[in-house]
Parts: sequence; C-alpha cells; structure tokens
Amino acid sequence: MKRLVLVLSLIASPLFAVQPDEVLDDPVLEERARDLSTGLRCLVCRNESIDESNADLARDLRLLVRERLVAGDTDEEAIAFIVDRYGEYVLLKPTVTGSNLMLWLAGPTMLLIAAVMGWSFLRKRSQVQAEGEKDTLSEAEKERLRQILKD
Amino acid sequence: MFTELGHFALILAFLVAIVQTVVPLIGAAKRWPSWMSFAESAAIIQFSLVAFSFAALVWAFVNSDFSLRIVVENSHSAKPMLYKISGTWGNHEGSMLLWVLIVALFGAMAAFFGGGLPPTLKARVLAVQASIAVAFFAFILFTSNPFDRLVVAPFDGRDLNPLLQDPGLAFHPPFLYLGYVGLSMAFSFAVAALIEGRVDAAWGRWVRPWTLAAWVFLTIGIALGSWWAYYELGWGGFWFWDPVENASFMPWLLAAALLHSAIVVEKREALKSWTILLAIIAFGFSLIGTFIVRSGLLTSVHAFANDPERGVFILLILVFFMGGALTLFAARAQTMEAKGVFGMFSRESALVLNNILLAVSCFVVFVGTMWPMVAEMAFDRKLSVGPPFFNAAFTPFMVALGIVLPVGAMLPWKRGKLGKTAYSFRYVFILALALALLVWAMQTGRSALGPVGLFLGAWITMGAAFDLWSRTGRNGSLKRLFRLPGADWGKAVAHTGLGVTMFAIAGLTAWEVEDIRVAQPGQPFEVGQFTLTLENVRRVQGPNYFSTTADVLVEKDGRSIGTLHPEKRDYPVAQMPTTEAAIDYRFLRDLYVVIGDQQANGGWVVRTYIKPFANWIWAGCILMSLGGLLSLSDRRFRVAAGARKTPARGVPAE
Repeated sequence: MKRLVLVLSLIASPLFAVQPDEVLDDPVLEERARDLSTGLRCLVCRNESIDESNADLARDLRLLVRERLVAGDTDEEAIAFIVDRYGEYVLLKPTVTGSNLMLWLAGPTMLLIAAVMGWSFLRKRSQVQAEGEKDTLSEAEKERLRQILKD
Repeated sequence: MFTELGHFALILAFLVAIVQTVVPLIGAAKRWPSWMSFAESAAIIQFSLVAFSFAALVWAFVNSDFSLRIVVENSHSAKPMLYKISGTWGNHEGSMLLWVLIVALFGAMAAFFGGGLPPTLKARVLAVQASIAVAFFAFILFTSNPFDRLVVAPFDGRDLNPLLQDPGLAFHPPFLYLGYVGLSMAFSFAVAALIEGRVDAAWGRWVRPWTLAAWVFLTIGIALGSWWAYYELGWGGFWFWDPVENASFMPWLLAAALLHSAIVVEKREALKSWTILLAIIAFGFSLIGTFIVRSGLLTSVHAFANDPERGVFILLILVFFMGGALTLFAARAQTMEAKGVFGMFSRESALVLNNILLAVSCFVVFVGTMWPMVAEMAFDRKLSVGPPFFNAAFTPFMVALGIVLPVGAMLPWKRGKLGKTAYSFRYVFILALALALLVWAMQTGRSALGPVGLFLGAWITMGAAFDLWSRTGRNGSLKRLFRLPGADWGKAVAHTGLGVTMFAIAGLTAWEVEDIRVAQPGQPFEVGQFTLTLENVRRVQGPNYFSTTADVLVEKDGRSIGTLHPEKRDYPVAQMPTTEAAIDYRFLRDLYVVIGDQQANGGWVVRTYIKPFANWIWAGCILMSLGGLLSLSDRRFRVAAGARKTPARGVPAE
C-alpha cells in the first residue's frame, strides 16, 4: 500500500518551471527567451508567468517562444505571434493602447492632481503665516499678555 | 460540548457587541456617564466571549474533533501539533473568527489603556469599534459558521493545504490580521472624532500608537509571507504583485502615510481633515483586502476560500462603513480648521510630500489590481496586469520617496531652508554616490538597477545615521545619543530598514545568478564561485508526507562549506506535491538549491541560484518593525495618556 502511494505520488510530482531540455544552446537567444517568458502569463495558472509556472501549458508556451526566436523572429514578432493565438490576456504588462491608457495614466494623473492640491495647500498655509505674523493677538489678548509678563 | 459552548459564546458576543454599539453612543450624546462607561465593561466582556469561542475552536482542532465540518476539511490526525493549531486560522471560517477576535481585542485594549481619553470620545470609539465587530459577527454567524457540525463524523480529516504547513505561514495570518484590524482602531478614532466634531493635537497623539502598532504588525505579516514564498515556492521569488499581496500592501502604504500625517496633527495641528480621511480609507483598504481574498473576484494564488455570497456580504460591510464614514466626513470636515502655519519648505511640507507619494503609489497598486476586472466589465477586454506593470508604474514612487526622505526628515518644523538642509547632506551624498559608482565600475555590462539601489540604500541609511548624529549636537556624544527619545530612535531605525530593504531588492534582482541543469550523481558542476555535487538522492517518509531528498555537497575553493538537502514532498492525503528548497543562508548571499525530477538518463534536474543580499530584504523589514516598536516605546505616548487629566486634578500633596 505504501509503495503504491509512493508510486502514485511520483506520478503526481510537479514539473519544474524552466526544464534543462528547453534551454537553447545559444545563450543570447536563451536570455531573450527568458526575458519574454517573464512577461507572458501562464493561462491556466493564477497570476504566474510562464517562466515561473510548472504547468504543461506554460511549458508549451515556453517552447513556442523559443521556436519563434530560433526561427528568427524579433522579440516583438514573437510576442505578437503569441498574442494572436492566445489574446492579450497572456500579456502580464498590458499594452499602452485604447482603454489601457487609463491604467497607465492613472498614476501620473493622480500624482499631478495631488501635487497641485498639496502645493496650493502649502501656499495657503505659508501665506496665513505671513499675515499671522503681523497680528496674531487681539488688543485684549495683548493687554492680558502685558499683565502676565508684569507679574 | 465544548464546541457548543464556543458557538454559544460567539452568539452572546454578537449580542453584547450590538448593545455596545448603541448604548455608549446614546450615552455620549446625552452625556450620561453610566451609559458611556458601559462601553468599557462591554468591550472586555465581548473580548472574553470571543476569546472563549476561539479557544473552543482551537480545542476542536487540537483534539481533531471530526464532527466539525471545518476540522474535517482542514485537519488530519497525523498532522504535527503546530499545524493543527495554525489550521484553526488556515481556513475561511476560522480566519474570520480570528479577525473578529482581534477586533474585540483592540476594543478591549482601548477600553483598558484609554484611561486618559475624554469619556465621550472613549465611549464613541468603543461603540464604533463594536459596530465593526457586529458586522463581522453577523458575517460569521450567517454565512460562514466555524461551528457547523456534520451529521456523520468521518474517521479522519482531509488535511490542511500542505503549502500552508509551514512555520512561516503559521504566523503570517495572525500578524496580517493584527495589522488590518489595528487600522480599525484608527478608523474608530476617526469616526468618533467626526461625531465629536473635534480633532486636536491630543487626538493625533492617541491615534498614532494604534496606527504604529498596526503598521508594525502589517510589516511583520507581509515580511513573513514574502519570506515564506521565498523558501517554499521553489524559485526564490519573494514578491509577485499578486492581488492578495497587494491587498495587504495597500493598507501598509496607507498606514505608513497615516502615521506620518498623524505626526503633523500631533505637533502642528494641521492636516487634520486629511488625516481623518486617511484613517477612514486605510481601514477601507483593509476591508477591500478581505473582500478581494474572500470574493474570488480576482484570481490569485491565495484564493483558499472564495464564494460569491460571502463576497457580496463583505462588499455590503465595506459599502456601509466607507459610505457612512465618508458621508460623516463630508458633513463635518469643514469644522476642522487647520491651526498650524508653516512655510513652503518645512518638515510639515516634507511630510505632505511623503503622504502624496505614499497615497498615490497606493492608488497605482489599487488601479493595477482592479484593472483586469474593470477592463472586462467596462471594455470587454480580458487582460492581465502583472509584475512588469507594477515594476514600471510603482517603483518610480519608491525611488522618489527614497531620494527626498533623508533631507525631508531633517528639515526644521515651521520654516526651513531647503538649500541649507540639503547642503548639510553633501558628505552623505558624495559617499553614497561614490559607493554606487564604484559598484557600477565593478560590474560590467549590467543594468543600472544595482548601483541605483545601492545609492538609495546608502543615502537613506547614512542619512538616518547623520540625523541621529546631528541630534547629539554633532559631537558624537554617546550619552546624548542614548538619551534621545524613543521616537527619534524609531525614526532612524525604521528609515534605515527601508533603505536596507530597497537596496536588497535592487541588489537581489540585479545580481542574481541562476543555473538549471541535469546533474548526474557524483559529477561536480560549477555555479558562480561554488562547486556543487549531487551525492545521493533518497526517499524519506515524514509524518504526513513522502519525500525525495537529495544530498548536495557544496564546495568553494576546494573546501567543503556544507551539504544541502533539497526536498520534493508529496502529501498523499491532500494529494499535493511541494518543493522544499535547501538554502545556505549567509550574510552576503544565499545559495538556493532545488531538486527536480529524475531524467531518463538517470540524472536529476537541479536548479541552483546565488541570491546576493537576500536576507537583507527581511533584515530591513525587521529593522522597520523594530523602529516602529521603538517609536511606540516613546514615553510621550504614555505621558500623553494622562496629560489631559492632570491639570484638572490639580497638584497632589507630596
């Protein structure tokens, strides 16, 4: 029984992310392949890139990327090839097109708004200070201060 | 029997919380002292009841009471004791009970330590805190009751997800929850202050310890989680920009912003309405975090319990508390006029900049996390937002923060001269720049990431040291140094921690070495300056798993520096394999070895990484939390607790 469990467990054991047999002989191409892989999503996984994933489908995609690179595709062509087949869902870095502009511009826009608001707030504060220094105490308060100082 | 009592105690706690929400609020409005002081005893009773209920659940897990549904689903009689206990919160129902336990705990602590609070404020704070508890009690009792019984109890359980059977992860959720829920205290103070219609320096001083504590717990919780990912998931990644990680990271960023803006309220009585808003939103993000994890709206590696019905319930809780608090804020914010006046360049303005950077960076993370959902619903685009986006969109904020931090932290209050303060940093700047250039010259043909990280790290840490040194009157008097208040030490240590973590992340990312190969037993291979030999691969049986364990001899310059034992484990009950990387931890680098599958030719897949400065990431986190604790130890917080009472009492006879 124990042996059976062991055998079964070996069958179920995980594949690793990048396998030695996938690695290309040309280190430059391999480097590019790894770079591209980190930007492509494993479609059956939860938020993992194909570079990290153990899934079979991720392996297929890794091999596909390498195939395209060996065939002489540029990085952009290889990515376009994959996106044509699997949709933009595979891209972990969303394109800067159409409605995605909102995603990319959200941060800078918010920063701009926050900076303007912060700046006007600070300006107001420092102007209050300029006025405040002239006359912060009313006559009655000044009188009271004089008395306190006398005591 | 015991579990039934636990269930009963939970229902009682629910009822107590309802009363605790209503009675003190009326009491505070009508100025009835007995109704107001009811909140204190109610808070303590409520906490005792939940604590009992939680203890009953732990008891059920420890004794493997398989008549309880969640014990069957998440435990197994052969599981080690630590994981039986941690299994209590390793599932949806139990973790929600832990959540509400901590809500009650914070309430009880506020009742206990809040001696110096004005009675109306205290009553209101406790009432608001109880209202949060009410919502979550209802959530637990109506949608996810941990005390559900099974009609027929099975002989054994289905085991806990093996990935969660790990010491690092056993304590990850409790710390995260302490952080999330700690922000509920800041929220309660904010709402109570809005009901009161008054926010002053004292309020800032009361809110800050709670926020600091929450931030420290969040830091520890996030660090534990990322450390776990580093050694458990098998390739040494430590941060994935996963929706659930983001869910804990967003409150962390906001808590950091909040504890800085509360300083301005405390010292200068400015930024009041912003601080209140931040306290509300920070807790809102805690709720959003819970919603993200529970609803399953966003797919993630953490989604261990998702259910649309529960998601909707939490969404309702979120809408109620955020809607209510923000409405109250809109109605009352105008009454809080700012008092402090300060110049364009001052500590206040530096803290405003800190808040802008932290809040906007949190917004970026939020938009990135939610975008896939928005794009699908509004634009019918099915897309992903992953690490490359966050690295590009988020990192600049942290770089900017790192650059302005040392100078901003030393600008004088009220009115400073930027040029003067910046000029005093000339040596620190030159030293940091020289270090970075040196490293840049040493590494050839690689990215600028490492040197930039080193510059930022050195700039921040040396800046913090310079700050401390300046505080001693720039003569390095040790006596003065150790007499500095806890807050000063806390600031320096926490900022140092941030610098260390920033440098470590950049260094690890830039200088990591990776090697993937099929290793034949007995044949040495080289990785970096190390020689590794796969000596043996054994089958080992653990308490509730089977393991394939390798013995890998590691040598450097012909001398052995130890044997590593990477493992592959299989948990037959949970039917899940896991990898256990073997890591040789050293000060400057980790050697990280993972064993894979056997190949047809008899060799084994071995993956080896040299990870420079990996430990520094978590060392930085530890420093940050330590800084927070040092700040918490500042006696001002304790003195302030009684400060209000003292003048009223008059001077006691000596």
